[in-house]
Amino acid sequence: MGYLNVRKEDGVALVWLDEPESPVNKLSTPVLGEFEAALGELEGDGDIRAAVLISAKKDSFVVGADIEEFSRLKTPGEVEGIIRKGHELLGRMESSSKPVVAAIHGPAVGGGLELALACHYRIATDHPATRFAFPEVMLGLLPALGGTQRFTRLVGVQRALEIITTGRNVYPSQAKKMGLVDALIHPEGLADAAKRAALSLAGGTLKPRRRRPSLRERVLEETPLDRLVYDRAYKTAREKTRGNYPAVPKIIECIRTGQKEGAEAGFEAEREAFAALLFTPESKALRNLFFLKNGAEKNPYAGREREVRTVGVLGAGLMGSGIAQVSAARASRKVLLKDASLELAAKGRGEVWKALSRRVGRGMSAFERDRAVERIVPIGDYAPLARADLVIEAIPEDLNLKHETIREVEKVGREDLIIASNTSAIPIAEIAAAAERPERVVGMHYFSPVPRMPLLEVVRKEDTPEWVLATCIREGLAQGKTVITVNDGPGFYTTRILSFYINEALLLLEEGAAVDAIDEAMMDFGFPVGPLKLLDEVGIDTGVKINEVMRPLFEARSLRTSDRGGEVVAAGYKGRKSGRGFYLYEGRDKGKVNPEVYEFLGTGRRPIPSRAIQERLSMMMVSEAVRCLEEGILASHRDGDVGAVFGLGFAPFRGGPFWYLDQMGLERAVVKLNNLRSAHGERFAPPTLLEERAASGKGFYSS
Amino acid sequence: MTEDRRHEGRRVVLVDGVRTPFMRAGTAYLSQTSYDLARTVLRGLLERTAIPPEDVGCVVMGTVIQNLRTSNVARDAALAAGVPNSVPAHTVTMACISSNQAITSALETIRAGKAAAAIAGGVEVMSDTPPQFEKKTRERLFRAQGLKSPLELRRLLEGLSPSDLLPRAPTISEYSTGELMGESADRLAAAFGVSREEQDEYALRTHTLAAKATESGRLSAEILPTAVPPDFELLTQDNTIRRDTSLEKLAALPPAFIKPFGTVTAGNSSPLTDGASATLLMEEEAARAAGYRPKARLVDYLYVAQDPGEELLLGPAYAVPRLLGRNGLALSDVDVIEIHEAFAGQVLAVLKALGSDRFARERLGRERRVGEVEMEKVNAWGGSVSLGHPFGATGARLVTTAVGRLREEDGRFAVVTACAAGGLGHAMLVERIGEG
Repeated sequence: MGYLNVRKEDGVALVWLDEPESPVNKLSTPVLGEFEAALGELEGDGDIRAAVLISAKKDSFVVGADIEEFSRLKTPGEVEGIIRKGHELLGRMESSSKPVVAAIHGPAVGGGLELALACHYRIATDHPATRFAFPEVMLGLLPALGGTQRFTRLVGVQRALEIITTGRNVYPSQAKKMGLVDALIHPEGLADAAKRAALSLAGGTLKPRRRRPSLRERVLEETPLDRLVYDRAYKTAREKTRGNYPAVPKIIECIRTGQKEGAEAGFEAEREAFAALLFTPESKALRNLFFLKNGAEKNPYAGREREVRTVGVLGAGLMGSGIAQVSAARASRKVLLKDASLELAAKGRGEVWKALSRRVGRGMSAFERDRAVERIVPIGDYAPLARADLVIEAIPEDLNLKHETIREVEKVGREDLIIASNTSAIPIAEIAAAAERPERVVGMHYFSPVPRMPLLEVVRKEDTPEWVLATCIREGLAQGKTVITVNDGPGFYTTRILSFYINEALLLLEEGAAVDAIDEAMMDFGFPVGPLKLLDEVGIDTGVKINEVMRPLFEARSLRTSDRGGEVVAAGYKGRKSGRGFYLYEGRDKGKVNPEVYEFLGTGRRPIPSRAIQERLSMMMVSEAVRCLEEGILASHRDGDVGAVFGLGFAPFRGGPFWYLDQMGLERAVVKLNNLRSAHGERFAPPTLLEERAASGKGFYSS
Repeated sequence: MTEDRRHEGRRVVLVDGVRTPFMRAGTAYLSQTSYDLARTVLRGLLERTAIPPEDVGCVVMGTVIQNLRTSNVARDAALAAGVPNSVPAHTVTMACISSNQAITSALETIRAGKAAAAIAGGVEVMSDTPPQFEKKTRERLFRAQGLKSPLELRRLLEGLSPSDLLPRAPTISEYSTGELMGESADRLAAAFGVSREEQDEYALRTHTLAAKATESGRLSAEILPTAVPPDFELLTQDNTIRRDTSLEKLAALPPAFIKPFGTVTAGNSSPLTDGASATLLMEEEAARAAGYRPKARLVDYLYVAQDPGEELLLGPAYAVPRLLGRNGLALSDVDVIEIHEAFAGQVLAVLKALGSDRFARERLGRERRVGEVEMEKVNAWGGSVSLGHPFGATGARLVTTAVGRLREEDGRFAVVTACAAGGLGHAMLVERIGEG
């Protein structure tokens, strides 16, 4: 049996999509061939009056085109050829005299949505699994099977622009409201309803009702005033992407071409744009990340994990309540949330309630919130932790305090209790030194704010048993995290490369660079926030503490460290939480640079070219990443890319430190580092591993 | 599952049951509150059974929509109906099986030897659902109680939109899932492949049977002629029965919940209804000693609960096989089945589930299906779709009708079963007591 399984019932051809040996349906060239054959057969069959496209997969319609297939193509010409075939096929279906109904349950995204858009009628289930999206933009691509054309005609220019350029999900009731789908039904009745709709369409008793654009929309989208809409779209795109994501302007262009010059011209524009984008370095980097991220959503030690029903979380502050939230709401674990007093623990639980309340009505019901929050039990002492299977500590970064806490937990905890530290820098071995069973102490390094940041860095020591690792990774995955596993050391991987990067930013500051010049430069490079703003967010005092932990490493690299951080903290500027840091967070000048910071620096400000800032900071970070691989902190360069992008916001379109180095060319990277070393000192000395790889002519990915 | 029926010494019998005519909400009982209809039916039962009110050990009434002023409606209605001060009364709620819960609560009281006789019933006046304000508006209103000047009152309204001040009519939606019961029924029907045509045929059947049972006088035996303000017109029949309906008319109705492709319509659903019902239960020996000729024993019962998101209305498909199993009975041993008709689609889905090997294997842990239900045993005098469904009163109607049918149809065993919001279900085994 192939991909399509056609069953004829009462004059309707029910076309069941069922990709062999796959949990989901994807679109690929062989499938398009099958579609073509099926379409020909239906058109020729006099007994068939209409057709229904429906998925045989559980909770999934069609998840898009097969990206791996596209990644194998060599030339834009080949790509355009395949897409042209797709366009012709969908066009033929659309103009068929026999109505075709898309019956959608589960995600209909990318090519799957485009397939549905070429049908005459769309009926979807009102089920949480059902969603619509054009995620192509996140891969540096655009929907090229008519998505920019048919979707725009259905929902209007402005809405289409917003949805296609962000790649965001549209859920069933919104889809109905915007006219993307014609009707909703429960999953149980989908096939039957689609069949009835198909027959009614064929018999002329059902006419799809298309959304009528409002007067405002018509003025803005169908008159010469449409320039305003497109100009604004380009401008927003420039501001948001800083010119780093070429797919976004291409999407706007395709929509505009289709609106101005008609659908055929629009399809043509799609083909050209897609073929060009597919070969851009941005899209290659993003596609690689997509595969890496999917890989990091699997547990490499699966099968060895032990059951975790109850998670103890120590510390009910921002971190602790965030960990409690993902444990209770995402992983459905029971959580014992402990702080120094029951009052503080109850407040922390209250923070979870508030955070989840903001999601009520957006994919979460009040009842689901209540159930999740009831899984969290605030506690004021250690005794109830006797019931915990895993304890995650998120207490202040003070080694003595952590030692004391571990001893208390071990006193009441079960023999096989796993104790995980959410320290962001202190080596786990040092924390475990106080433990009776140090091999059960690991690192689970979360990023703030926990519910929003996708990464979890699990830190193993030499003596960590595999079942402990397996269990921690499984918990992270259950909490919805992308997980990397790294070896122990000061700052592990993410904090380590971040601290070198931030230190370099502080040195630049001392040399006279302006706060906002540094931050702007790095945002242009592709980081979501600049290093100094980030330090404000984390807390400058926290940064100083981390620097203390990192000192041995800094010294080993004969690295000049900046003392400015400490001085700034001593003067009471701790960042956002104290109202002022490198920026001001209260008062009239909120959001502006805090001029008082410059007083600590003595020197006057001088312009330093953005390129120079970017090169120093980025090379410092990526060369430190190579050192982490060299020293075995990282098990693979892939983890290094996932960690930097999803934990630190390293420019996704550059693919992560190792992908970035590969693209640059390792020899060139060595030259760059040597130049920086002669200009700024030994800290830029290229890592041995980098030199070796450069000499062998191989990259990290191509070796 | 090894579940043996408990063998209690004290047997509980149904002496008699009665109900007011059931009326579509907003019609004949528009002037009534649940307290009004409850006292009417309690008075009627006392008269009809002629039991000395002081011999009643307790009064239990089921209801769903509470009226704040009479939240223990059983007590207020009992006092008004002439039940002495000394007889305790309480109100129970369990969605659409509230009066089943009232009956089984009374039954347990008698079994435990704490009463020889008890009245159990239920009431619902859907015409009188107290409107509710949003919680945040209620908070403001609470604070408003302490306010003095109009100026202060104005400040209190700040930030509220006019729509916040509109009272909300309660919807019949499941709290935990937000799903309307009709939506769930539509889904259930589709899941068991129950077509629109089958549902409409069932609706026609129940209306036809109810009309026949009314005309033949079989139903009037359990109906208390009732007259209420303002015009005190005597009501002797349910006004919920559609005598003029037909398959064509039913087929023309649009879906009520899942538009436009759903299959549950106003025509194949139970209507919003006002009504009250009551039964007199006694310990068997005590009943005979008092000179009654009890009609039937309430042999055994159970409650089940399913995931309200998955199987909101499928309770009977779980409850009936368990009840039969632990009493050593097969479906074929049952002569009378009274099943609550929330929706035609729900009844048909339950019947299909009982007849499905797959359902038996996957859900009941049995090798084979429970059995095909013979339709002539099912709701032969109509059901909730045709007779109406006052939430709190339906259960006692089902039991009373089951007993009436056992006598009329010369049967021995009856099964009463019903589904309820929350994914709850109930089944009760009733055995007729021979005349001699």
